[in-house]
Amino acid sequence: MQRHLISAADLTRDDAVLILDTAEEMARVADRPIKKLPTLRGRTVVNLFFEDSTRTRISFEAAEKRLSADVINFTAKGSSVSKGESLKDTAQTLEAMGVDAVVIRHGSSGAPYRLANSGWIDAAVINAGDGTHQHPTQALLDAFTLRRRLVGRDAGLGQDLTGRRVTLVGDILHSRVARSNVDLLHTLGAEVTLVAPPTLLPVGVETWPCEVSYDLDSTLPKSDAVMLLRVQRERMNAAFFPTEREYTRRYGLDADRMARMPEQAIVMHPGPMVRGMEITAEVADSPRCTAVEQVANGVSIRMAVLYLLLGGNEPALTHARTTEEK
Amino acid sequence: MSKTLIRGAKVLGGAPQDVLIDGETIMHVGTGLPAADTEGAEIVEAEGKVLLPGLVDLHTHLREPGREDSETVLTGTRAAASGGYTAVFAMANTFPVADTAGVVEQVYRLGREHGYCDVQPIGAVTVGLEGKKLAELGAMHDSAAGVTVFSDDGKCVHDAVIMRRALEYVKAFGGVVAQHAQEPRLTEGAQMNEGVVSAELGLGGWPAVAEESIIARDVLLADHVGSRVHICHLSTAGSVEIVRWAKARGIRVTAEVTPHHLLLTDELVRTYNPVYKVNPPLRTEADVHALREALADGTIDIVATDHAPHPHEDKDCEWAAAAMGMVGLETALSVVQETMVETGLLDWAGVAARMSATPAEIGRAHGHGRPVSAGEPANLTLVDTAYRGQVDPAGFASRSRNTPYEGRALPGRVTHTWLRGRATLVDGKLT
Repeated sequence: MQRHLISAADLTRDDAVLILDTAEEMARVADRPIKKLPTLRGRTVVNLFFEDSTRTRISFEAAEKRLSADVINFTAKGSSVSKGESLKDTAQTLEAMGVDAVVIRHGSSGAPYRLANSGWIDAAVINAGDGTHQHPTQALLDAFTLRRRLVGRDAGLGQDLTGRRVTLVGDILHSRVARSNVDLLHTLGAEVTLVAPPTLLPVGVETWPCEVSYDLDSTLPKSDAVMLLRVQRERMNAAFFPTEREYTRRYGLDADRMARMPEQAIVMHPGPMVRGMEITAEVADSPRCTAVEQVANGVSIRMAVLYLLLGGNEPALTHARTTEEK
Repeated sequence: MSKTLIRGAKVLGGAPQDVLIDGETIMHVGTGLPAADTEGAEIVEAEGKVLLPGLVDLHTHLREPGREDSETVLTGTRAAASGGYTAVFAMANTFPVADTAGVVEQVYRLGREHGYCDVQPIGAVTVGLEGKKLAELGAMHDSAAGVTVFSDDGKCVHDAVIMRRALEYVKAFGGVVAQHAQEPRLTEGAQMNEGVVSAELGLGGWPAVAEESIIARDVLLADHVGSRVHICHLSTAGSVEIVRWAKARGIRVTAEVTPHHLLLTDELVRTYNPVYKVNPPLRTEADVHALREALADGTIDIVATDHAPHPHEDKDCEWAAAAMGMVGLETALSVVQETMVETGLLDWAGVAARMSATPAEIGRAHGHGRPVSAGEPANLTLVDTAYRGQVDPAGFASRSRNTPYEGRALPGRVTHTWLRGRATLVDGKLT
């Protein structure tokens, strides 16, 4: 494992499988009456959020607290940042207070990379989403969800996603989730297809390790999982597509389309969902949709990442599990 | 008057000759000069070094007035002298904008007073660089600064009617419009070259077509109204093709390329280090090769630095928050030696044409870019082409340090610069 987690592309297959396996162990903690481990006791983690994201912040916070870390939440609004303080000064200020890890969400692509590689601070840096670049813990929790559903909770241990067919649908151009997933799913051996109108695919996508299609209907029967990405309504004002209705007709997932997927295939969504746009309520609420499960898995994955980056080589659960099994 | 004898220099890279400067003028060029003439002259041993006419930069940002924290006319012209320049054209995007006779005269006078390098101000095409209303181009031309080059650099004159009128209007006094070719709508939020790397990095793409479509339009406009047009910092292979076509058709277009676009590619942006953030953005390897070829075959007429100083804090941040631009005056010749001379694409006479004679001609910089021969003004640059060293920004004369070459090995070093016979740089040190 590297010292920071900046991009899903930095993970080897073995790194990724180790994180997924560790997350399975972490998930057991959630099933206990006391959902807490002492692993990061005395370590301080700051959640440095320059962009609003309640979901991701709460998920990281839950993971940190379950590992007994001391948690500081920093949001840019109303802070010194809004008074013109630079990223560098903010980070150095926090480190001076004795922070061991920085979980950063930033609107600018590359901000976490800069934080980790500019010699500004020594703390471990975990990317919680940067601009339209990467969101590696999202990709990991998606891979975790896929492995559980398609391979199995126990059967999946030590396994990757070789041969599984995953289709990502929506605004690929502006999506850090898409970039992270393409990288990680490829590393794990899955076959990825991106589906979007040509306007919402980046120039250069042809070099990515995946297939690209403009036609959702033809890819559905060949998908073990369909991952829908949120499409922001304001995109249509910039002529990425004509109207919401037209987007929904061509790329939205409704019950009819879902019926064309293989029987065991699942529907995924990183949230927040725009019901009626990329997904109908019927699909969102169906048992095939894993959106809520993904949120729960997010905590386990973030616990695993924090543990592996900060906890060193000591076993996370061995002691606790032995006690439990007695 | 003082005399200087430059002994054994390879004039334009040719056979060794002695060059005698008397006062502001070159008195002799040759071998075995009469002892009576050289008596009392200060001797500069130049064996093995290359003597060029003083370099002329058609595209410099001196930042004064308004951003003296990044550069001043004094620090910028000292940087210019360090890099072998004897004349620089100062871009108009200062605060206030150089869109009146008053501002251009001030900048012109500061250059003359400091005496390191002639400063020829460029006037804004439109008031406040806003692209809406023509600035008083005639007044700036008639001022003491004698402005002949007009540019909204940093911004594109994107309104086709305004561009047409500007091209037409400056004909009255032999002016030229230097276009920063960037279609604004195609580059909203753009952060780097649009392509494979931008797709991966998730940075807003800056398509080549945003540059090429404006160049195509402007060469056609220049043709239609019979004006000359100059294209600033051309950066793509497609732009080269358009300019080549326009020249073949007899359209009076000239074009410049920056040193950094001859050497660096967008692969460097993978570091997210804003020192590589520049407008126009670094492009691909294929573009770099097309630009080198075009500079060699004359499709691109000149090298211009686009020297763009920025204070440290404007680069010591995340990519999107960073300013665009790189300093270039003190490394330009080395980059050209590396990319054009050592690759065999240009000889030193070719370098002299593209970095001195032609830019002086495009900008009508009188007394600059002249042949190294008797009777000409003694604006000269002596280069130790055998020098090998690493770029150390701490040694820059510029007030800013935003160079993309820190720690990079680049060949060649300017050891002496003379501005009208007066040494501004001696043994690599400013006087």
